[in-house]
Amino acid sequence: MVDRQIEFKILRYDPDSDEAPHWQSYSVPCDPDWVVLDAINWIKDNVDESLSYRWSCHMAVCGSCGMMVNGEPTLSCKAFLRDYPNTIEVEALNNFPIERDLVVVLDRFMESLAKVKPYIIPKEPRTAEDGTYTQTPAQLKAFKQYSMCINCTLCYAACPQVGLEDGFLGPAALALAHRYNLDSRDVGRSAREDVLTEHDGVWACSFVGACSQVCPKDVDPAAAIQQAKIASTIDYFKERLLPGRSR
Amino acid sequence: MSRRPYVRPISRTGWWTTQKRYTEYMAREVTCVFIGAYTVLLVWGLMRLSQGQEAWDSFVAGITGPVGILFHLVCLAFAFYNTVTWFRVTPKAMPLMFKGKRVPGTVIVGGHWAAWAGVTLVVLIVAGI
Repeated sequence: MVDRQIEFKILRYDPDSDEAPHWQSYSVPCDPDWVVLDAINWIKDNVDESLSYRWSCHMAVCGSCGMMVNGEPTLSCKAFLRDYPNTIEVEALNNFPIERDLVVVLDRFMESLAKVKPYIIPKEPRTAEDGTYTQTPAQLKAFKQYSMCINCTLCYAACPQVGLEDGFLGPAALALAHRYNLDSRDVGRSAREDVLTEHDGVWACSFVGACSQVCPKDVDPAAAIQQAKIASTIDYFKERLLPGRSR
Repeated sequence: MSRRPYVRPISRTGWWTTQKRYTEYMAREVTCVFIGAYTVLLVWGLMRLSQGQEAWDSFVAGITGPVGILFHLVCLAFAFYNTVTWFRVTPKAMPLMFKGKRVPGTVIVGGHWAAWAGVTLVVLIVAGI
């Protein structure tokens, strides 16, 4: 059931033929229940098969379909057309190089993620025979919110520091580092300390807070980073003031 | 088919005008200039106080004149904006837990305002107002 005709302006870029990206318009007959991703799929199926973009689950879980929708970093599968005017601008996520059309180069995010060691570093090696870890509900609650990240990188597109500081690890990677530091099964805090407290770590965050405003999973990376700043400050003084403690 | 990723340019001086939330952030940061200016005024006042009655009287005359009052009003407005915006984000830095549940952000912000009111009351009592 076609509800209304919406004009989509999409930023196109073909590395084989374009010097720079350019806007291209498409008039799309939209169903009332559609999201932005449905309209883009319609364009690809019916008008222009060369349009490139990432998507997978269509249910805000996989984190692949992030785009700038009317200037806001958004999961296009979660952006219901009923909430938008009759003209919608779509472009690749800000602060990332454009590979082609709406596809961005994610190398920087992947490298940042690897740097923070986003996995449990146990006190002693464990095997399957040792059984599962036990954790109380309170211990789980301490980090659960920060574990909901789907790596959609909307927070990177929202953060001005990511755009201005090339090396900044960025909101999602730092939030994930904090998530593992808070996990009762993990003892990797000191192994992550250098990368978190160096110039490109938590202190490069100037607390704009945009990351938390655009996060589709309410992870609140800004909160994680501010808490990591406090934890790193306490560690700094403990290491220097308390006897018997050294790095 | 070749790889030639395109990097969109970002203005290093004008980026904060491109989004409302960036502009609000810069407004919050700019308030610190006025907090700093008022701190300088307080230090200046202490210095004048140490120089004797005459110096102190001329300092008081200066800050109670039209320019002094205007300066106070401007600093008060910026200090208020600074306080409101920073108090608003305190829950992010303080994930307080009480009986296994996270303390709501409104309670943490409210606690800051209550502490502010308490300190203000003490200052007013000490000042004899």
